[in-house]
Amino acid sequence: MPTIHIDGTAHSIPAGVNLLHAALQLGYDLPYFCWHPALGSVGACRQCAVRQYRDEKDEHGQIVMACMVPAADGTRCSIADTEAAEFRASVIEWLMTNHPHDCPVCDEGGECHLQDMTVMTGHCSRRHRFPKRTFRNQFLGPFINHEMNRCIQCYRCTRFYNDYAGGTDFGAFGAHNHVYFGRHTDGVLENEFSGNLIEVCPTGVFTDKTLKRHYTRKWDLESAPSVCTHCSLGCNTFAGARYGAVRRILNRYHAAINGYFLCDRGRFGYEHANRGDRPRQPLVRDKEGTTHPAAAAEALKAASDALAAAKGVVAVGSPRASLEANYALRALAGSDRYSPGIASAEADAAAVLVELLRDGPLPPASLRDVEHADAIFVLGEDPAASAPRMALSLRQAARQQPLESVDKLGIPRWYDRAARDIIQGATGPLHTAWTHATRLDDIACPFRGAPADIARLGFAVAHHLGGDTPPVADIDEALDNRAKEIAEALRAARRPAVVTGTGLRSRRVLLAAAAVARALARVNGENARLGAVFGEANTVGAALLGGPSPEELLEAVAAGKADTLVVLENDLTRRVDPALLRRALEAARCVIVLDYVATPVVDRADIFLPAGSFAESDGTLVNHEGRAQRSFQALPHDGDGRESWRWLAALTDSPWDALDDILRALAEARPDLAAAADAAPGADFRLNGRKAPRSPRRYSGRTAQLADRTMHEPRPPDDPDSALAFSMEGAAKQVPPSLLSHYWSPGWNSVQSLTRFQEEIAGACRGGDPGTRLFAGAENKPAALAGSPPRPFDPAAVPGLLAVPAFDVFASDELAALSPPVAERAAVPVCRLHPEDAAAHGIADDTDAGIILNGASAVLRARLDPTLARGLVALPVPMPGLPPLADDTYATVRPAS
Amino acid sequence: MIRRPLTALIRPGEPPPGLRDYEAADGYAAVRGTLKDLQPGDVIDRVKEAGLRGRGGAGFQTAMKWGFVPQGEDAPRRKYLVCNADEMEPGTFKDRYLMEGNPHQLIEGMILAAFAIGAEVAYIFLRDEYPLAAKRLRAALAEARDGGHLGKDIHGSGFNLDIHLHISAGRYICGEETALLNALEGKRAVPRAKPPFPPVAGLWGKPTIVNNVETLCYVPHILRHGAEWFRGLGKGRDGGTKLYGASGRVRHPGIWELPMGTTMREIIEDHAGGMREGYRLRGVIPGGASTDFLVPEEHMDLPMDFESVQKAGSRLGTGTMIILDDKTCPVGMLRNLQLFFSRESCGWCTPCRDGIPWIEKTLAAIEAGDGREEDIALLHAHTRLLGPGRTFCAFAPGAMEPLQSALRYFEDDFRRHITEHRCPYANGR
Repeated sequence: MPTIHIDGTAHSIPAGVNLLHAALQLGYDLPYFCWHPALGSVGACRQCAVRQYRDEKDEHGQIVMACMVPAADGTRCSIADTEAAEFRASVIEWLMTNHPHDCPVCDEGGECHLQDMTVMTGHCSRRHRFPKRTFRNQFLGPFINHEMNRCIQCYRCTRFYNDYAGGTDFGAFGAHNHVYFGRHTDGVLENEFSGNLIEVCPTGVFTDKTLKRHYTRKWDLESAPSVCTHCSLGCNTFAGARYGAVRRILNRYHAAINGYFLCDRGRFGYEHANRGDRPRQPLVRDKEGTTHPAAAAEALKAASDALAAAKGVVAVGSPRASLEANYALRALAGSDRYSPGIASAEADAAAVLVELLRDGPLPPASLRDVEHADAIFVLGEDPAASAPRMALSLRQAARQQPLESVDKLGIPRWYDRAARDIIQGATGPLHTAWTHATRLDDIACPFRGAPADIARLGFAVAHHLGGDTPPVADIDEALDNRAKEIAEALRAARRPAVVTGTGLRSRRVLLAAAAVARALARVNGENARLGAVFGEANTVGAALLGGPSPEELLEAVAAGKADTLVVLENDLTRRVDPALLRRALEAARCVIVLDYVATPVVDRADIFLPAGSFAESDGTLVNHEGRAQRSFQALPHDGDGRESWRWLAALTDSPWDALDDILRALAEARPDLAAAADAAPGADFRLNGRKAPRSPRRYSGRTAQLADRTMHEPRPPDDPDSALAFSMEGAAKQVPPSLLSHYWSPGWNSVQSLTRFQEEIAGACRGGDPGTRLFAGAENKPAALAGSPPRPFDPAAVPGLLAVPAFDVFASDELAALSPPVAERAAVPVCRLHPEDAAAHGIADDTDAGIILNGASAVLRARLDPTLARGLVALPVPMPGLPPLADDTYATVRPAS
Repeated sequence: MIRRPLTALIRPGEPPPGLRDYEAADGYAAVRGTLKDLQPGDVIDRVKEAGLRGRGGAGFQTAMKWGFVPQGEDAPRRKYLVCNADEMEPGTFKDRYLMEGNPHQLIEGMILAAFAIGAEVAYIFLRDEYPLAAKRLRAALAEARDGGHLGKDIHGSGFNLDIHLHISAGRYICGEETALLNALEGKRAVPRAKPPFPPVAGLWGKPTIVNNVETLCYVPHILRHGAEWFRGLGKGRDGGTKLYGASGRVRHPGIWELPMGTTMREIIEDHAGGMREGYRLRGVIPGGASTDFLVPEEHMDLPMDFESVQKAGSRLGTGTMIILDDKTCPVGMLRNLQLFFSRESCGWCTPCRDGIPWIEKTLAAIEAGDGREEDIALLHAHTRLLGPGRTFCAFAPGAMEPLQSALRYFEDDFRRHITEHRCPYANGR
């Protein structure tokens, strides 16, 4: 490890970092703006000036920008140097010449990096006596508020939005001291990662518009470490709440998963928990058939009585419910009468993919693995729509090979400005295979085909990688050449990765992915990884619990083999054939529903038990790579609401009073899931005898919050389920990252204080990254999941058009789509048709098309999409009124009359 | 013996020599000879022997720059030559004179330079305000193509070259070679990080040489007449001739090709005809707006070559001087210069973007009689805080050069503005 000297003190630091990075990691207060650990150095703000000396004899030295200087062995510098300090104060003084000084009315106030840096440099008295320049602000859509006058031109926004996230509708405009950051004209920011501008911007130019609607200062927020529930990746978040409502979501750094960034679906999807129509009151249906509100005890009694009187209970769990809730439900109904609640076609695909991850030839890829991969084959999944944060990682992965030319020139990769000038827009091998265009096509080499042809491409790649996969019969030359190219890229890579998913609900696509993984493991397996995308936040957890499909249980109810149906956090109308659901719900004597969003299933409930959303519940979720992570309650339940698992525990015979009781039982019953219990410290964990606080030290308003109602400060609610307290009191230091509720450090009030909570900047958190991994991977059971290539898809030989799913980043996730700002961004549901297929069916663009699928029908607007493979109709997810798609579902499409 | 090679064929007020006239005067002879008989390395050696230094302002050894371009098997095949014709330095019009007066000379120089570095594509990055130069360059490029001097397999040598004319959208910073490259790529005209330097990773990330018009125009002459001839043209250590110019209240403002190292006195008194009646010389900005003032009391006999001017505390820059007379307010002149710089700052780094406007406003206040005692210290502090190393590129340090020297040479003028609350020169206007 190199040794550097800062103000005469020697320090060992990691190799290959710059001086600013090193100084911050060592705990020095060295101010900066334009540098960002994920965006690198560009030398724009000139804030991190230090004096650097050539050697120990050099007494004069020179002023340099710490972010631009490699912290090589023997580097000597002074942060305290008078001239450097004077220069740093001057930079703030220049930045402040045009800043509006509107902190009291700025949403960033109190957690503003510009405030922190201003205080840090000591600049406090204004000498500039001339008028300030002003800008016009823009409307940027439902997520982001724009206030350009506050801008200090650090260029972080455009570097994130354009360079890092690939956005094209934003940029720097103008020149000199009129540089403007925004869109060419007012309008919605199109990029799916725009919300990161809130955290990337060091001041209040880009602020959270959803927070603004129910604004709370950082010091008045009660927060908890949470896990995003809007896709299968399990990004870590802070959920901040006050007065019974979630106020905002912030990124919670996890080195192996989300790093510094979230997607907009994950950041702004939280508002489903604040909806006015959210069912919060237990309901019980009386003998006359009308429901009426009930107290918790009454509803619980009714449920208990109904279960006791039931002639057969079946229970449908949910891939969006926690492992604990699903396990409690399973305990209630019995393992053969519990379903994980994933529709059968998707459940089959999920089971194959879980097996491939757990026992397959390659270790599961974390998002960090994906980000660092230098050749990627995405087979049969559209991560940009189904697991958005992964698309951001893929975007970085595409730069890995070109970055090697930067290494060759001796330029460090953190020197982003130089690196981008050198590699320009070059991309490395990122091959994708999906049915139509995706949001990654600008950097990918896309193949578009029917699922069978996607599978054939996969098998052909496996064949060309070498090994035992036979050639694909009757393969056309273009497809075979494509496969050769992909195989060559994977073989030549240092860190190849294959990514697949359950999006197409296609067993053959997954078997093709398994064949590629197997072949890759053999020829270039050392650093190879297998990335997986699943449907929802706990699809993997639910699939691991296992059980019959929901269809099977509903058939049993419809057939009278069971008369009582318990539904946990599951809108079955999204998952199963509407006709089957109707029959089952009509036949059921009693339907017990636990949920926190209004769904048609809730409307049908005989007994409704209001559950806690992610914000009011503790629970464990298993992400796409088999990592179990604990999400904690950010706010106490109001009224009669409870966590689903607590309702269910009360209905079982088990003596489960707290979360840890269920986890203990789960670990005993299921050794393969035992590690999930260790995802975070248990409720009895203490630091110096104290719990970790949810509120920040400066929770100043605590005694005033309820002063209009009572002079007395009520006792904070107990939390028997976690080592977190609903309080500002508690352990202040060395809080394990899985229990950390906010980033806040002396002198560092903004999210930039994260550096104080990391072992190494951009590396692991102090105390280790949260969560436990359930899959060791690389078992390499060669016989497992063997398959053979399907026949090519022949549009002429099938009845109608093959129906395939089309995911939309904002519309397809159930919960996020219930968040009004996200709903504003959701695509209008359309059915996509290739123009020639549309013509053959007499359908024009933007006209209504009637879709008939397994006896059900719906009308959708037609969108002619020349990128869609021939013979397909791509249907939106969700598709209200239509049965779920399997790998071979055919639809009849005709003009709607 | 040819004494004024660069301007020998230029007839002000008349159309430039066409291809036939240019060839008749031995034009393109260097191209024919070189491509047939010499290796690229030979061209570099001859220019090195001559000691040609860049005429854009920095005076860097041209052959050394060319030598930085990676060659051989492992080097990127694609390389570029770019002619920096974005002549936007205030008071400077020498490149315009060369391009309007003899465009084929530049094209011939570019062919030779491109051959030397192995570039098959070259660009002329031309200032938008030079439409006549654009017209004449376009015509000359077409003639050169028709004449077989450009295109595939030039004169049977196997060497290919095409030259594209790019008209700038117009920003001073485009004269900075890496900002020029960004602009040429269609990006914001912001300087790039260095390293990597353009000879290694320039236009579209590929090895690129950026040379000034005057520099490139010299290459054919060096190849035709030899290094010794070139060195003999100069008066001091630097060889060749230089286009010197003078603007301001001299009798005959203009531009002259003179031996490198001609003294300031000779330029102002013999060629510019001295000061106009009733005006006294107070100071000279020797080579564009971003060079330190020289003053008649100390520098009249200074040889105007790179080293001598540097020793005197300024820079030769473009060699086209702006003359300050005794009836023009130096504070007003400085304010005008800083207004230019504050508008032309690219906006990338803080000291330049926000510091120069503050300087400009302060100077405007002083000029308007609203100056304060502490303003002098503020201006002094800025010349230090915007100095080399503090900013991303050399723009702001350049902007500070006339200011810091003006504060030294004309301090009384600044003080009188502040104490008298008015511009002492106001009545004289």
